[in-house]
Amino acid sequence: MKNKAKINAVEKTAKSIFMICAVIAIFAVCSITIYMIAKGTPALKSVGVLKLLFGTSWAPTANEPAYGILYIILTSIVGTAASVLIGVPVGLLTAVFLTEISNKKLAAIVNPAIELLAGIPSVIYGLLGLMLLNPFMYKMEKMIFEDSDTHKFTGGSNLISAVIVLAIMILPTVVNVSASSLRAVSANLRAASYALGASKIQTVFKVTIPAAKSGIMTGVVLGIGRALGEAMAINMVAGGSVQIPLPFNSVRFLTTQLVSEMGYAEGVHRQVLFTVGLVLYIFIMVVNLVLQKLRKGANTDE
Amino acid sequence: MMETAKIKVKKLNLYYGDNHALKDIDIKIRPKAVTAFIGPSGCGKSTFLKTLNRMNDLVENVKIEGEVLLDEKDIYAPGVDTTILRKKVGMVFQQPNPFPMSIYDNIAYGPRIHGIKDKRKLDEIVEESLRGAAIFDEVKDRLKKNALGLSGGQQQRICIARALAVCPEVLLMDEPTSALDPISTSKIEDLMEDLKKKYTVVIVTHNMQQAVRVADDTAFFLLGELIEFRETKLLFSYPQDKRTEDYITGRFG
Repeated sequence: MKNKAKINAVEKTAKSIFMICAVIAIFAVCSITIYMIAKGTPALKSVGVLKLLFGTSWAPTANEPAYGILYIILTSIVGTAASVLIGVPVGLLTAVFLTEISNKKLAAIVNPAIELLAGIPSVIYGLLGLMLLNPFMYKMEKMIFEDSDTHKFTGGSNLISAVIVLAIMILPTVVNVSASSLRAVSANLRAASYALGASKIQTVFKVTIPAAKSGIMTGVVLGIGRALGEAMAINMVAGGSVQIPLPFNSVRFLTTQLVSEMGYAEGVHRQVLFTVGLVLYIFIMVVNLVLQKLRKGANTDE
Repeated sequence: MMETAKIKVKKLNLYYGDNHALKDIDIKIRPKAVTAFIGPSGCGKSTFLKTLNRMNDLVENVKIEGEVLLDEKDIYAPGVDTTILRKKVGMVFQQPNPFPMSIYDNIAYGPRIHGIKDKRKLDEIVEESLRGAAIFDEVKDRLKKNALGLSGGQQQRICIARALAVCPEVLLMDEPTSALDPISTSKIEDLMEDLKKKYTVVIVTHNMQQAVRVADDTAFFLLGELIEFRETKLLFSYPQDKRTEDYITGRFG
């Protein structure tokens, strides 16, 4: 009898410990959301929604300050989209190579290399971009804009550099998630395709990749999330001026905006930075919602 | 019993690494007939089936010696294009394996990879193939629906239709009914009667009654050897080899 009571007590305690842990996680998400909304919305009122979100002039310390963050939002969208456009095809083809084409020996070299890529701190990517990419970009810039009067020279810190760095940074995510979903495609399906006289490449593109579609999409969305949220590396290579996101312009992302100005901002300026944070937060939430939808879809069909 | 042979196999040996899986197989398969391979699990009957369309090429560490002549031409000769070979020698697998796409796209997959793009031509092939596999009436209203929504027996007939869509001459079936219920099984067995009018059908089965029901000729395999190959009636009524007799009378299996 006594023993049973003891077991009951242990059960109950364990249950409540698990419960508390779960509550902490939920509490963290809720409080962050509430905090971001509480801190991010006042600027919408004091500056005005249109002026803030669709303004193109950023001059927080001027005599007549302007707080337009449109170019910053656009830079994040364009930069992320471009890096995904480069990173996803490269990553997907790498995954196809690893799972379908390369022999085991080669895969044993390439696979860990890609895992390693995921483990490199982002500041190292920034450093490499700074030392290797930027000088090269500067040379191109000098060539392309030799006769231009309007172009502001950046020394090579520009949108393209940031996009390339981001594309490389999302590679491991895209490769790993895609590769595991390609591996999960039943050998039976491939055999059916070969038995109809399809070649290896036809089989990969018409059967294997479509069958692994939802897994690959998950990789893409995770990549988008990673690119959107990255700050350190692109802060080092993107230049940092608030400008329209053209390839050779020095630009500022939502993340780098916070990194570079949060340290000294005061008053409305500080409020606006929180709004920038809120916009980023909303983007990430949307990406995650899409991800959850995709995962649900992957579980129900196929 | 052999007038002409669609497939002639001479001294075929197959090794998986060190494992000698098929030993000196000699066989002649009649055109437009159903030939069944029977034998206990692991006797090499499925492996042998896969040598007939070179699906074993996809397995690592396989070594094949000997000749497989399809219409008197060795399919293992250097320079043979396996994609063309497999178009001629179609295959249906043990597990129904439709692609995760619509019924229509499943059937049209083969013709498309072999270069047919004309929509009307494809429509025609799809209907013809589905009719050939006796499933057209069941699916004609939902050709655009995902093939994975069908029952196992229907899926298997979709797979047969898919194989027919590239106009093969030979149809290899690797235990096509072992994953199906009795009703679906009998539908597919009935279908084989029709199929053999146009195609040379080779079926692997672990079910002796099935061989009796559908096959004109039956080959009995044991431990990688072809023990006996005769007309089905004769094989089951007057087995010549003691091992065949032991197997068909259920003394081992």
